[in-house]
Amino acid sequence: MVTVYIDEKPYQVEADQSMLDACLSLGMDLPYFCWHPAMKSVGACRQCAVKQFRDENDKKGKIVMACMTPAAEGTRISIKDPEAGEFRARVIEWLMLNHPHDCPVCDEGGECHLQDMTVMTGHNYRRSRYKKRTYKNQYLGPFVNHEMNRCIQCYRCVRFYNDYAGGRDFGVFAAHDHVYFGRHEDGVLESEFSGNLVEVCPTGVFTDRVLKKHYTRKWDLQTAPSICVHCSLGCNIIAGERYGRLRRVINRYNSEVNGYFICDRGRYGFEFVNSDTRLREPFTIPRPGNKQIKILEEGEALPHLKTVLARAKGIIGIGSPRASLEANYLLHKLAGPENFYAGFSGMESSLVQEIISIISKGPVRVSSLREAAMADCVLVLGEDVPNTAPMLGLALRQSVMQKPMEKVINELKIPKWNDQAVREAIQEQRGPLFIAAPTGGRLDGIAASAIHAAPDDIARLGFQVARILSPHAPPVEGAITEDAAHFAERAAKELKEAKRPLIISGAGAGSLAVLQAAANIAWALWEENRETALFLVAPECNSIGLGLMGGRSLDNAVKAVKDGKADTVIILENDIFDRLDFPEAEALVRARHVLAMDHLPTHTTSRADTVLPVSAFAEGGGTLINSEGRAQRFFKVYVPSERIEESWRWLRDLLVDLGRPGSEALFSLDEVTAAMAREFPVLKKAAEAAPPADFRIEGMKVPRQPHRYSGRTANKADVNVHEPKPYEDTDSPLSFSMEGYEGRPPSPLIPRFWAPGWNSVQSLNKFQSEVGGPLKGGPPGIRLIEPVDAKKGEISFFKDLPGPFAPRKNDFFDFFIVPLFHIFGSERLSAMSPSIGELVPAPYIALNPMDAETKKLPEGAEARLEFAAASFRLPVKLDPSLPRGVAGFPIGLPGLHGVVLPAWGRIALPGAENKTYENRDAGA
Amino acid sequence: MSKPENEQKPLTGNFRADGQPLSLAEYEKTGGYEALRKALQSMSPKEVMEEVKASNLRGRGGAGFPTGQKWSFVPSGEGNPGPKYVVANADEMEPGTFKDRILMENSPHMLIEGMALAAYATGAQEAYIFLRGEYVRSGKALERALGEAYEKNYMGKNIFGQKTAFNLEMRIHMSAGRYMCGEETGLLNSLEGKRAIPRAKPPYPQVTGFLGKPTVVNNVETLCNVPHIIRNGAAWFKGLSRSQDGGTKIYGVSGRVKRPGAWELPMGATIREIFEGHAGGMQDGYKFRGLIPGGASTEFLIEEHLDLPMDFDSLQKAGSRMGTGTMIILDDRTCPVGMQISLQSFFARESCGWCTPCREGLPWIVKTLNSIEDGSGEMEDIDLLLEQARLLAPGHTFCALAPGAAEPLSSGVRYFREDYERHVKERRCPWGNF
Repeated sequence: MVTVYIDEKPYQVEADQSMLDACLSLGMDLPYFCWHPAMKSVGACRQCAVKQFRDENDKKGKIVMACMTPAAEGTRISIKDPEAGEFRARVIEWLMLNHPHDCPVCDEGGECHLQDMTVMTGHNYRRSRYKKRTYKNQYLGPFVNHEMNRCIQCYRCVRFYNDYAGGRDFGVFAAHDHVYFGRHEDGVLESEFSGNLVEVCPTGVFTDRVLKKHYTRKWDLQTAPSICVHCSLGCNIIAGERYGRLRRVINRYNSEVNGYFICDRGRYGFEFVNSDTRLREPFTIPRPGNKQIKILEEGEALPHLKTVLARAKGIIGIGSPRASLEANYLLHKLAGPENFYAGFSGMESSLVQEIISIISKGPVRVSSLREAAMADCVLVLGEDVPNTAPMLGLALRQSVMQKPMEKVINELKIPKWNDQAVREAIQEQRGPLFIAAPTGGRLDGIAASAIHAAPDDIARLGFQVARILSPHAPPVEGAITEDAAHFAERAAKELKEAKRPLIISGAGAGSLAVLQAAANIAWALWEENRETALFLVAPECNSIGLGLMGGRSLDNAVKAVKDGKADTVIILENDIFDRLDFPEAEALVRARHVLAMDHLPTHTTSRADTVLPVSAFAEGGGTLINSEGRAQRFFKVYVPSERIEESWRWLRDLLVDLGRPGSEALFSLDEVTAAMAREFPVLKKAAEAAPPADFRIEGMKVPRQPHRYSGRTANKADVNVHEPKPYEDTDSPLSFSMEGYEGRPPSPLIPRFWAPGWNSVQSLNKFQSEVGGPLKGGPPGIRLIEPVDAKKGEISFFKDLPGPFAPRKNDFFDFFIVPLFHIFGSERLSAMSPSIGELVPAPYIALNPMDAETKKLPEGAEARLEFAAASFRLPVKLDPSLPRGVAGFPIGLPGLHGVVLPAWGRIALPGAENKTYENRDAGA
Repeated sequence: MSKPENEQKPLTGNFRADGQPLSLAEYEKTGGYEALRKALQSMSPKEVMEEVKASNLRGRGGAGFPTGQKWSFVPSGEGNPGPKYVVANADEMEPGTFKDRILMENSPHMLIEGMALAAYATGAQEAYIFLRGEYVRSGKALERALGEAYEKNYMGKNIFGQKTAFNLEMRIHMSAGRYMCGEETGLLNSLEGKRAIPRAKPPYPQVTGFLGKPTVVNNVETLCNVPHIIRNGAAWFKGLSRSQDGGTKIYGVSGRVKRPGAWELPMGATIREIFEGHAGGMQDGYKFRGLIPGGASTEFLIEEHLDLPMDFDSLQKAGSRMGTGTMIILDDRTCPVGMQISLQSFFARESCGWCTPCREGLPWIVKTLNSIEDGSGEMEDIDLLLEQARLLAPGHTFCALAPGAAEPLSSGVRYFREDYERHVKERRCPWGNF
């Protein structure tokens, strides 16, 4: 800590920051543009000018940029100094010379940092009488709208897109007062983080193109804190609604999870909620063979189900890794522990259980995403991080800066916030990142070394690394390629030298051995370095939560139905055709009664005889547990239309109707969570993820609607001229109203970032304990899983090693088919969003070119892919990174489901065909 | 010492009369490469640096920073093995300035030798000549000279044979042409293939320069002085000057004078001596009104300043800067507003667009000047110009480009305000420019 003087008052601040950081952390108002809390200082915009004085006797002082001035002991600045104030107003005037002043028609209006800063500096009247500069705008794809005339050249976009997120198809062009930010030509932005430009841009150059289609001002959005459901990272988001439709998703800062950014899947995946195909009413299709849908009118659904369940000869419940803990818990309660199935395939189930076991029984801690970004050496084993856990990929792009940055900071004494200088000093140097995966990925370019192998070989490579690091780890018997041996040597050496090594793996490779190898490496490192961390990517947003709850896998459910032990199946928010081989799924839905609960029609709902429409994430509340083991609460953003209910509420009502003891006490979400916590001690702390429903601040709830929300009394006047009573939220301390506590609520309850004078996302500064630090009151969510302490030599390493992968030559099934992941396409809900749908690739089968040649299958040729239980016809895509004998199947792309991967399959020219399972769309 | 120096004009005294570049042989006949030989064979790098320090050689690019001191910031010793770089700033884009071109076109080896000495003193093993794109003739001369130097092992591995164990690779980089590249950090970005925007200082290029490594960037004329200093000693060099700053200076004059040109004179020659003596004063029918002494980015001087010595400190005291030492004369038949438009349009166009005041302020200045010139200006516009010039102060902007532009602007308005006001009152350009 050092003492600095701001307007002659002394303050104790951290030394390792700029004066702009310090002023903002102290809660002062000092305008800025080019500085960004995640990207720090470059000194371009000159907006944060202050007067600096040499000492207390210096009365003259000089103008400096606060962002480029170190907070050193005795630093004296003045924000109030008239000359500095005038200069800041003049900077705004310069920026406004060419700004179109089109706020009324600009999507940024009302949450524009430029508006806020203009007001802050006091610049009012235009003195220039000259024409403004104009530009040609570009088409940048479905996510981001481009309006260059509004640009104030702060350079944040290019710094984020290129420097921070590693993009290569965006840049700054031309010079002087005609600097241009965009692509070299019109086209879809390639980076999966492009949507962050919307929040990074301080004005309306880059705006949300999806929001534009159903535009609403920030002040008219009803918003609530939510959690992204499109991967297992649990990024915090703010979702906003108007007129019963979800309008947009933006980042909700959580220092431990997503920080300032989210990926495009998370930002734009929400539109499935608004889909025309949403299930909106409960219905039945009485069997057998009846195609007539019977809508269950108000009051009919529960009695119908009660009858069905009362007559059932054995009920089984199938849970869901994308449903809340609470919904899964109530299904568990309804079906009973023996009859609750987790809704995972057998493979997924064992992978998730192995992940949980490794992180809860081993000595190595799971890192948060913040910690992952700080790792100084990373080994990725088997996981295609950019496609299965995109924000972890963004963290890794920061992690490779750590080692060279440390050198620059220590040896050249360049402060780490001096971003441009740090990057100039580092140049192309990157810290050690090692990737072993079945195919090439988008992080390979920044990796010290990337190697591609079959899952078993990746596992063996991992075991080899562990063995090099610790004699307690088991030796690898049999052959290991020279490349792999070299890779293992290098990785082991760098990991050993690192201060904060991180091992990443996950369920993506579909291999227990890969997970176990990752665990062995982490444990071997831990013997010498207690800072070692692990990150295991789970498949879905609540896989870990469901895994902690237990329940057998779907294979067992199928068996129970086949064996006649159950004739009634309740399926919660789950398309079992995504998780089982097609015939198995068929067998399950052939049960006498199938009750499916979901948001959208799926194969499963099309085969169910009763369907209940359930709320999507923004229409309900609940708790999810991410890959970090962090329980996080999401809140209802708005009350869904028609007869959509939260799954947990349907199930609660069923329990009550069935007269299950204790069920009437489960009135609110909190009560369900509390009951779950009692029953599952491992989930006990999940109830503490957010304040309870009866939490009040000064007797008030937290309003979901901003105080400037317009049309409250009139916006339902087309239905009824009387203003309806606001919906009462019994499940949370948030209200569906403008009324309530206007100040800063506890971090898990923040429905929007706003502060007086700060209407844009930059108001976040006012909610943090320090800029870039945790939210006041700590980061939202609560970690449920911490490692157990162990002693060196006592760790029980995994000892069951696979043999080397051997391509099959003479078998009928001659290829090992591994899943390939696409950020846009592999996750089903987000792929239903029209904007993301535009970027979902066409289905294909990927082959090594040499294998393709052997099979006489050139690029683009149609191949027949046959599994034991299903077959497909797909065009061939050549991928030289694929190992021989391994083919890649882009799971989740349209029609590509009904098979559990990895699995052996046959690839051949289409010829005489048997029964085929052609590409089918979900719900078709 | 085989040949005596041209005692008055070490830089230009041995040029060929026909304007062709000195070949290596010719250069050697005038004592060329003796300094490098002497340094490599009998001086330590530190001694070379000390000699340059003692000579009071100050940077000839315009800022006048002591060269030896600049070199001394390069980290040396065991812990700093390099790579390190020496870069010649030959991107001579300052309006009215053509002194470096004369040196490179006539005596390319002098620059090469100077760079080799700078490299030896700082421990650099790679050197770049960052050459203005339009300087094709200089480029050809340098290319030929560099070829000759390599051929004779005056460049490359083990210069002058095994014993010296001094290696230096030198390359010529033709600039794509931005004024911004004359700013040393903008130059380095450009050399790296990046946009020519300035870098934050600190860290200075001597610590984090080309490719993030220690780099010395010196002006061509500065580097050309180095061989003479090493060959003849710091005391001799200081003796050449009439001022505190060592050596000679190539002064130039352009505008409506009888003999526009450039002359190597003792540092500290007076403006009158240069302008009236060497350039012959104003052409018949033209009257002197003012001058900018060192390229476009220096303050106007007027009649009363003509007896000032042209050196860094004297002009600083008079409120201007010596800059490149090549003056542009304003005559009475040229509209001072029109001249100002020329200057400011150049700066506005050459702004890199990185920082707001420069990117937005300069075009506003140009638009305002244009409206004054075309008769649509208002009296407040004149104050606006002064206000903008005041706002474009050093420290307010990221680099020195806009403050440089502000120098002729504020002084131009100050000295010729009546002319600006006449434009506004008469609603036309009295010189008939519109």
